[in-house]
Amino acid sequence: MSDASAAFLKGWKPGPLMPRGDARDGGLAFVIAVLCFFACLAALGALAADRAAGGWTAQLQDSATVLVRPQGGETADAAAARAAEALADVQGVSEARALEKDKVAALLEPWLGKEALTDDLPMPRLVALQLDPTHPASAAALDKALKGAGVDATVDDHSLWIKDIVRAGVWARAAALAVFVLTALAAAAVIAFAARAVLASRLQIVEVLHVAGARDGYIAGLLARRFAAMAFAAGLGGALLAAGLGAALRLAGGGGGLTPVLPVAWIDLAALAPCPVLAAAVAAWSARGAAMRLLKAMG
Amino acid sequence: MSRNPRHHSPASDTEAASAEAEPVLRFAGVSLRYGRGEEVLRDVSFTLPAGSFHFLTGASGAGKSSLLKLIYRAERPSRGLITLFGQDLSVLPRRQLPLLRRRIGVVFQDFRLIDHLSAFDNAALPLRLAGRKPKAWRDDVAELLAWVGLGAKLHAMPPTLSGGEKQRLAIARAVIGQPDILLADEPTGNVDHDMALRILRLFVELNRQGTTVLIASHDQDLVARSGLSELRLDQGRLVRAEAAP
Repeated sequence: MSDASAAFLKGWKPGPLMPRGDARDGGLAFVIAVLCFFACLAALGALAADRAAGGWTAQLQDSATVLVRPQGGETADAAAARAAEALADVQGVSEARALEKDKVAALLEPWLGKEALTDDLPMPRLVALQLDPTHPASAAALDKALKGAGVDATVDDHSLWIKDIVRAGVWARAAALAVFVLTALAAAAVIAFAARAVLASRLQIVEVLHVAGARDGYIAGLLARRFAAMAFAAGLGGALLAAGLGAALRLAGGGGGLTPVLPVAWIDLAALAPCPVLAAAVAAWSARGAAMRLLKAMG
Repeated sequence: MSRNPRHHSPASDTEAASAEAEPVLRFAGVSLRYGRGEEVLRDVSFTLPAGSFHFLTGASGAGKSSLLKLIYRAERPSRGLITLFGQDLSVLPRRQLPLLRRRIGVVFQDFRLIDHLSAFDNAALPLRLAGRKPKAWRDDVAELLAWVGLGAKLHAMPPTLSGGEKQRLAIARAVIGQPDILLADEPTGNVDHDMALRILRLFVELNRQGTTVLIASHDQDLVARSGLSELRLDQGRLVRAEAAP
């Protein structure tokens, strides 16, 4: 063997059986990065919606309101005070406080207007309850305590609102998940299309590999690895962009997030970490599937 | 390469039945049509004993390339039976094709070298695909390339090679895995007469080492001067299955 051959063999490394680059790779990577960016935003939205719904539910679950109606010659203030006293002893109630007439008027003012709140308007009396967050008192227990004390009152434990908010939270999460799944499917479809295009443009190589004894799975694997590597890089770019936007929202909004509707937390950004791996997995699965179908069709 | 050199002439089915060894290749009443077009091969029957050397001749369009494609199962016959190494190609499961094809060396008429791979990587392709470790074959590939006159071009990319060099590289790739049968489609079609003779000598040498060789060629002069057996196609029909004198 000549010296030149020996030198060649010393530094030789197997070349890639499929060309690494393609003129279409840049455009495809950009599309995948954009799709990953939207998928990450959807994931952040789902987390924020979940947190918002949870927060609202907790706030409503931790409190209740009692509307007191005075009976006989008892004044409204006395009835409210008696109701508060009776409710304070109920298990699961942290605090029971009868609201003064002024505070009730302040609550009614937005609905009735200042002029309507005259002295002769029969003002309802309210008792505001703070409930034990871990074991809140039930509406039935509160009602029983009021009846026991001979107070005519109606308990509003906000259960009607809680159901609506929980329902809204479920829909928000489902919508965000649907957007996430749709973008993942769109990415898979784009990659499958690109894989078919690459295979079509490399048919001669595929045929040579076939005739030389390559298995379908091996050829499909070459394409799957190629697209997985590209999707990983594109997914990383998309995730970093989304993380940057999420961080900006968090910084702009302080502790509560940009708005109470979408309270983004720092920990949410960690949820974007799997995006590049997921993008690579979707790309590999999609490219492999497309390649296997095309190879089988080749006979 | 350590095979027993054997030379056989093409045999009819009857003769094949009485042959000592199982023929490497058997065509029985094989026809081929592409889609709904006319048949490009019609009722072709022949057998090739192991270690034999044949030319497949005929005018352009006679069906030579199609016949070779049937052997490495790039196509399936529309009628008839083909057995290769004792296996019926019509019913061979797809998953078993790669193992079968690793026993076949194919020299394409248009070379089909992989342009983004070096000459060395092109020649080593069958060994890589067979999963053999580079340490076991690196030196062999370099030696084979030197033997076909490409020792100084290991690193060269195919587009930089001349027609003759590409031809020899394609041949090196076809034989590096020591195939049991070598199929070559017009391997001398793009080279001058001297190069054609040199390539033919290479095939003869391979055949001496035990490889069954089938060369499609329209170069009647080369076939006649070689003195080797001939299968002749005319408009898809096998019109001559003649042993060497």
